[in-house]
Amino acid sequence: MTQSRKFSWFVFSSPQSFYPLAGAMQPWFAALAFVLCAVGLYISFFVAPTDAQQGESYRIIFIHVPAAWMSMFLYLVMGFWSGVGLVLNTRLSSMVATALAPTGALFTFVALWTGALWGKPTWGTWWVWDARLTSELILLFLYIGFMALQAAIDDQRRADKAGAVLALVGVINIPIIYFSVQWWSTLHQGASVSMKSAPTMAATMLLGMLIMALGFWMYSIAATLARVRCVILERERHTDWVALEIGKQA
Amino acid sequence: MIRTLGWVLRRDLLLVFRRRGDVINALVFFVIVVSLFPLGVGPEASQLRNMAPGVLWVSALLACMLSLARLFAPDHQDGTLEQMLLAGEPLVVIVLGKIMAHWLVSGLPLVLIAPLLGLQFDLPADALAVLCFSLLIGTPVLSLIGAVGAALTLGVRGSGALVALLVLPLYVPVLIFGAGSVGATASGTGAEAHLLLLGGFLALALVLAPWASAAALRIAME
Amino acid sequence: MNWGSWQNFLHMGGYGLYIWGSYAVTLIVLVAEIVALVARRRGVIERLEKYYLARRSNNETKA
Repeated sequence: MTQSRKFSWFVFSSPQSFYPLAGAMQPWFAALAFVLCAVGLYISFFVAPTDAQQGESYRIIFIHVPAAWMSMFLYLVMGFWSGVGLVLNTRLSSMVATALAPTGALFTFVALWTGALWGKPTWGTWWVWDARLTSELILLFLYIGFMALQAAIDDQRRADKAGAVLALVGVINIPIIYFSVQWWSTLHQGASVSMKSAPTMAATMLLGMLIMALGFWMYSIAATLARVRCVILERERHTDWVALEIGKQA
Repeated sequence: MIRTLGWVLRRDLLLVFRRRGDVINALVFFVIVVSLFPLGVGPEASQLRNMAPGVLWVSALLACMLSLARLFAPDHQDGTLEQMLLAGEPLVVIVLGKIMAHWLVSGLPLVLIAPLLGLQFDLPADALAVLCFSLLIGTPVLSLIGAVGAALTLGVRGSGALVALLVLPLYVPVLIFGAGSVGATASGTGAEAHLLLLGGFLALALVLAPWASAAALRIAME
Repeated sequence: MNWGSWQNFLHMGGYGLYIWGSYAVTLIVLVAEIVALVARRRGVIERLEKYYLARRSNNETKA
């Protein structure tokens, strides 16, 4: 009797098997991102009504909040995978963490930029040093520090592990960003969307925001998959399968 | 373990006192930088009084950060660090001893000289007291967090600027509450909350930083 | 949401600069990331082609 081999997801933890999987998944996530963002943009401009208090300026929320959510979420995912790479010594986990950082940094920048452009008409100022804005700025510096540290260290495994330690030390910043509006009375508005109670904003606004958030999430996955494929090729260039792969591309 | 701690502390302090220039460096840097600000912004007393907590805290922060290069790099260069890793003693204790020595040399003198510099800025007596106390609690946190950055960048090219990039974002909460405590005293709202939070940071850093630094040292020396 | 005219849509009740400034920069950032990723992939493939060519000509590999 032949033994049936059980399929295990762990087979994809090698760069060689993950590379084609990422290549197959990436266009789907890119397409999902495009569709979701298109729907979200349509809702944000043509379905959501004018706000009673803020007029049209509130429409920045459809980018600002999803970008801020992504900036925090991607850092947590990055911290998770680099932690896995540190503890279990898996190369691919660290490669994914490295691939996540630039996208996370860009979303942090977008959150800060759109926040400033929203703050000017509503609060009267481009920037204020309250807890949430300051800790989001620190998040940007943490992303940049992570990328700079990995770039500065020549030995790849050391760079991965050092980056992991830095990312994990910085994880403490995420709850600070999230809970800052509860812990301190700040200028930034409190949470309108929570798991426990009904949201305090109009249904169409909430829908648009959630769809844009999903769109950004799909985009992040697509961008990260594309980037991790580049990282895999660069780091595994000494292997035969990469040589074959490059030969196919030529 | 206490014996190891005492031994490491004694060794590091002995090494520093053989090159007394290092001790003086951080202190002189602190004094000079603090004195630059009144020269730059003008001698008006009320403006200086407002600026004083921030200026003193940022200067202390920068002085502490500059002296991080002394923490692990010299031992790494002459091979002692490798022996420390191979020793049977727990690395966390050794790291904690080194951090304590670092603070005694680069942090404590700043705390002691801060009142004099605060007088330059026309700070009232109660603000001076809170300033000293906030620095007393805060500078160990700076040494602890800085140790993690120094361990991560051990032997890396251009590590001076890189350590700054890694460590300064993590210093920001300490700076905010340290300088904020003095500001709160000056404005009358009381510094208890700030000082308690600083104490919380110290407790957290004492538990986490030596462990993270030890992990980073092992990674750097693999 | 009926805007009435293109003018109204661009004007956004007076907030046009802020809203379009936000959306435009976001679009620029995302497009720049995509372009950078495409360029990075192309650069990696070119560099590795040269690398393998150099190794083959050095007889470091049978490929």
